Amino acid sequence: MTTTVPTNKAVKQRGIEATRARQAVWLLIPTMIAIILVAGYPLYRTIFFSLFEANLTSPDQKTFLGLGNFWFTTDEGVALGFLQDPKWWGAVTNTLLFTVVSVFLETVFGMIIALVVNSAFPGRAFLRTAMLVPWAIPTVVSAQMWSYMYNDSFGLIGRGLLGGTALLANPSTSIWAMIAVDVWKTTSFMALLILAGLQSLPSDMYEAADMDGASKGRQFWQMTLPLLRPALLVALVFRSLDALRVFDIMSVMVGNVSAARLSMTAYARQALIDNQLLGMGSAVSIAIFIIIMVIVVVYVTAFRVKFD
Amino acid sequence: MKKPAMLLAVAAAAALGSQAHAVTVTLACGSVGQELQLCKEGAARWAKATGNTVKVFESPNLTNDRLGLYQQQLAAKSSDIDVYQLDVVWPGLLAQHFVDLKSKVPAAEVNANFKAIIAADTVNGKLVAMPWFTDAGVLYYRTDLLKKYGFTAAPKTWADLAMMAKKIQDGEQKTNKAFAGFVFQGKNYEGLTCDALEWVNSFGGGTIVDDAGKITIDNPKAAAALDAAASWVGTISPKGVTTYDEEPARGIFQSGNAAFMRNWPYAWALGQSADSKVKGMIGVAPLPAGPGGNPAATLGGWQLGVSMYSKNQDAAIALVRYLTGPAEQKIRAIEGSYNPTITSLYKDKDILKANPFFGSLLDVFTNAVARPSGPTKGKYNQVSQAFSTAVTDVLNKKTKGADAVKQLSTDLARIKGRGW
Repeated sequence: MTTTVPTNKAVKQRGIEATRARQAVWLLIPTMIAIILVAGYPLYRTIFFSLFEANLTSPDQKTFLGLGNFWFTTDEGVALGFLQDPKWWGAVTNTLLFTVVSVFLETVFGMIIALVVNSAFPGRAFLRTAMLVPWAIPTVVSAQMWSYMYNDSFGLIGRGLLGGTALLANPSTSIWAMIAVDVWKTTSFMALLILAGLQSLPSDMYEAADMDGASKGRQFWQMTLPLLRPALLVALVFRSLDALRVFDIMSVMVGNVSAARLSMTAYARQALIDNQLLGMGSAVSIAIFIIIMVIVVVYVTAFRVKFD
Repeated sequence: MKKPAMLLAVAAAAALGSQAHAVTVTLACGSVGQELQLCKEGAARWAKATGNTVKVFESPNLTNDRLGLYQQQLAAKSSDIDVYQLDVVWPGLLAQHFVDLKSKVPAAEVNANFKAIIAADTVNGKLVAMPWFTDAGVLYYRTDLLKKYGFTAAPKTWADLAMMAKKIQDGEQKTNKAFAGFVFQGKNYEGLTCDALEWVNSFGGGTIVDDAGKITIDNPKAAAALDAAASWVGTISPKGVTTYDEEPARGIFQSGNAAFMRNWPYAWALGQSADSKVKGMIGVAPLPAGPGGNPAATLGGWQLGVSMYSKNQDAAIALVRYLTGPAEQKIRAIEGSYNPTITSLYKDKDILKANPFFGSLLDVFTNAVARPSGPTKGKYNQVSQAFSTAVTDVLNKKTKGADAVKQLSTDLARIKGRGW
């Protein structure tokens, strides 16, 4: 988002533009106040509490810890900070694995689907609508649906295809089972974003390429893909951010205690809600915030994503 | 029946006397098995007798999820729910949010209950909640299958159970591929803590943290108990047992697909219902013992407490007194196999007729092992999560019992931090 800040000289020369800019500022003020109230204040409170030891049910009785919630070793050598907790690092590793694999698969499948529905064939409009169905189902519902299918005693997949294998029973297989659910659910969303990009490509360019005798494969690699890059990268950033905050699939499919080992947000929820550690939970939330920020900055600078 | 009727009248009068007009009270009930149904019916009986209205709030099935929800409501001082159903391990965690019932409920009514449960519900001299039903783990078995394979009695040790389950499972799987020898609560949640505490305690491995607050889990007997349980997964228990809570386990047993099941007493009434495939073929016994140990059953059970933030406290207290009173506990024992907390009800003929095992297992119910929620106070939940997570890793064969209890001991020291 960029705003043009008119200089004093410009004001004199272009009165209408200056009036519009002033108007824009006034129109933005209510939005800014709303953002400060609903996002800024909670963020401030989270940062504030991350420096204290406090209980969720009685936040008023708190003791200042500094960065003790992050890193603290007692005199007896007991490590109390969450950064010293192997379960936290397990959750980070699993979340990153989940994000990388699911976003990669969603992009590949999404691209294939987008290319298919972009070409003209009868029933295309119906197919475009139908492919959004998995995405339209609420995540908790699809997660529950899939966990029934994975059930080892009556599930379509667990009993029917795999003959009584309990995929969700073991953390090392359950993460893959959940990646499959996420891919099933979100590929269509990815396809939709890529399709929007595809539709903005000029068709006369392809006609010219056909005339020059370029093969379809060559057209894809040398024309479609480079031109699609901006749309594709925005889609990638969106999906990666979503995947890094994964919570509902895991919470529904394996329960909150196991989910806390698989996802950073579930770990934060466990600290904050189940264990009532307001300070520790806030500190974990800050850490998640920082991790996501770093990843976004890396993405945006490495791929030179432009959002305007 | 005279006495309960009188109590009801007294409760009703108390409610009507202090409340000039009828009010609406919201009651949070659980929904495991027939819980919700019985809860609604009991509330309706009170509402009819007093002219008040009761709204029933359906809580999540898993006790961990319920606690999370309740804590948020209580921390926000919400008056949405007047009466909460509390797990026996929660009073220490939530005491500050509940009305002290000591001065509101006559001493005779309180003292009619099991002493151990009243003690668990009393925090720093404050009676946080009134006991509603008690629970202890029991072993369910199929009498017909035991006979078919030549066994005369329920297993006395875990080794016996494994041997019997294997023999029955091997025989039954010839005709029924989905048949399992033994099902229990193996999912990583509070229920697994209950099951695993029974294994550890019956092997003589203590109670995770002792009464003085010392971490005792790192011992060879506890490790042996967890290794024994891990050997069941994939042999006499389905691999998916590590995803089961109470209801999936009951579903398998009740559809005739398991020889043995560890569960709470509520499963009895449902197993004897008309649509149950195993009606009339169920036996109930104490859980088996470990080598050289004694059988152990984890103490469970639920209480009713009145929220401090309730706007209709008098009516809410009247509702709690009615629901935890003898008349209602009797109905719940007969229809749902919920163990009464009132001692005298264990001599009631109607209750014993509906639940023949109540009498013979009275010992199990009165001597059940408490989870270490007393000594670990507000940190109990973290202790339980660390324990059930360690057990999960052993059940999934990711680690051995000895390594798991050693690591758990370190984790618990971290949770204990500067003290419980």
